Amino acid sequence: MTYTIRKFDAVVVGAGGAGLRAALQLSESGLKTAVLTKVFPTRSHTVAAQGGVAASLGNSEEDNWHWHMYDTVKGSDWLGDQDAIEFMCRQANQAVVELEHYGMPFDRVDNGKIYQRPFGGHMSNFGEKPVRRSCAAADRTGHAMLHALYQRNVKVNTQFFVEWQALDLIRDAEGEVLGVVAMDMETSEIVAFHAKATIFATGGAGRVYHSSTNAFINTGDGLGMAARAGIPLEDMEFWQFHPTGVAGAGVLITEGVRGEGGILRNADGERFMERYAPNAKDLASRDVVSRSMLTEINEGRGAGPYKDYVYLDLTHLDPEVILKRLPSIHEIGLQFAGVDCLKEYLPVVPTCHYQMGGIPTNRYGQVVVSQGNDVSVPVPGFYAAGECACASVHGANRLGTNSLLDLLVFGKSSGEAAVASIRENVRAHKPLPLDVIDKSLARVERLNNQKNGANVHETRAVMQRTMQKHAGVFRFGHLLKEGVEKILEVAEQVAQTEIKDKSKVFNTARIEALELDNLIEVAKATMVSAEARKESRGAHVRDDAHDTELTPDGRDDANWLKHTLWHREGNRLEYKPVQMKPLTVDSIALKKRTY
Amino acid sequence: MTEDRHTRLNRLRWQSRRALLELDLLLERFWLREGELVSVEDETGLQQLLALDDYDLWALVSGTKASDSKQLEQMVARIRQA
Repeated sequence: MTYTIRKFDAVVVGAGGAGLRAALQLSESGLKTAVLTKVFPTRSHTVAAQGGVAASLGNSEEDNWHWHMYDTVKGSDWLGDQDAIEFMCRQANQAVVELEHYGMPFDRVDNGKIYQRPFGGHMSNFGEKPVRRSCAAADRTGHAMLHALYQRNVKVNTQFFVEWQALDLIRDAEGEVLGVVAMDMETSEIVAFHAKATIFATGGAGRVYHSSTNAFINTGDGLGMAARAGIPLEDMEFWQFHPTGVAGAGVLITEGVRGEGGILRNADGERFMERYAPNAKDLASRDVVSRSMLTEINEGRGAGPYKDYVYLDLTHLDPEVILKRLPSIHEIGLQFAGVDCLKEYLPVVPTCHYQMGGIPTNRYGQVVVSQGNDVSVPVPGFYAAGECACASVHGANRLGTNSLLDLLVFGKSSGEAAVASIRENVRAHKPLPLDVIDKSLARVERLNNQKNGANVHETRAVMQRTMQKHAGVFRFGHLLKEGVEKILEVAEQVAQTEIKDKSKVFNTARIEALELDNLIEVAKATMVSAEARKESRGAHVRDDAHDTELTPDGRDDANWLKHTLWHREGNRLEYKPVQMKPLTVDSIALKKRTY
Repeated sequence: MTEDRHTRLNRLRWQSRRALLELDLLLERFWLREGELVSVEDETGLQQLLALDDYDLWALVSGTKASDSKQLEQMVARIRQA
């Protein structure tokens, strides 16, 4: 079959914060850069990030990158790589100032400096007391960031391919990455984007869970493509859950609701958080609240026909206060739960929010794999940044406002590394393999020809429910074991999905089937990695990991202070050590994580 | 060349994939329940709504803001009621 080849110096897949920041670095360096994106850039999920971006500017009070680094290592439950974390925290101020120069409308204080607000887990003086470190643009930080970066990219002639679905990574026999195969949604034409550098910035895969705060576009496309190309996925057992998503919909109910006096109740109407956190009660940390909710559900005190959610009660609050301070909540209740929260309880459940694992990279955004004794050998031509990547700065648990920082810092560093590599190796594009589009074509053809196959929506729903039940916020050994078998069964169904609509123009059914091919790789990686990790750490909490002197809160540093690498081929795992040595300062020593 | 109706509707369906989950859910419901009823005239209103930034669109469909256009308000009402 004939196909089109388009040549660029660099191709970036994804136009959220990380992709736009990487593309900017490439285009400003004069390189011919393409950005492929499923949706218009300013409709990427970065828009949903409200909290802000962390940087130790010290505008409101004393602060420095070393304290930020300490908080991030501690937040990660010591699974984060300390070299990458030092790098990120040291780069933070510059990242924010650059963004300001690009026109980002940060909130300001009277003297004109950027306003900074406190955020959970960010402390001064190595964990002593909260510090104001988050730089925000009202409650639309991600949105403002995307607009600033997009406008800047337009100025420097980044070429956008909007409404294109990336299908597969192009990797030759030597393992070098030479671009990506993609489909134009408008025509279904398949094109090989031939590039000297390929940067994945495809975001997270939160749609792998039944209850997720993530938008529909978050289908782990980069992770699926990487896994199919033989790249392992790192630390995929670590997912951050938000305690209060609307049951059945996933829409996030902000912590501010509990801050205003909202109370969690079980089916009996009991304020159960009084038993789990007598002091903080409903305002305990996210993981404590989530686990308490799940314990109530697992012990039969959940509400609803399936007893699978708990209630958030606002009925005792002054309706005027709710409508004034939390204007969206009333509408969210009506639209997504069919509940008037001024008079009735809202059904809520812990909901998947953020993916800590991803495509393994170093601090330069270079994708790395193991070769012999070296566990961090860069894959030539391949980079990743943002939520799809694992640098690893979030380790087992991410701190709020570090996600926007991550995508700015590693978007830029991956762009810089790609520029340097292209400049060092001034040569023509390496020839494409002869079978460059065959695998992608075969997947599309299978979908076109499949008869008596599985329904895409039903199969996706089975996968999501399996993930929610077997690898949710609180994990049980027997459920994980069963979950591995079940998710492999689902994978067999995914390989046989059928679509009725074979049309070529904006065929959403086909796109959803191709997205499911990616999600199932994430699901397998998560389930297998989680089943194997026999400890509790950060967001991975098992009921059979006991709190002992040697394993505080179930964390087993002697055996499990290591990164998981899941390989699609053979569904096998390998491990690599955590980088405990920072770049310039002393290692932050292991200790129990308490707040 | 003018796009045929099937193409135009498919494009609008795809552009209903948004940055915010709230909008994904509302628009999914809209297409499920109202998809067959979208007229040629409705397409213009939908196009205008889907061209908005997510927070502006959410402000309209969540009722915290109103549109000056009667046509858009009618479409917003249909999305809310779907």
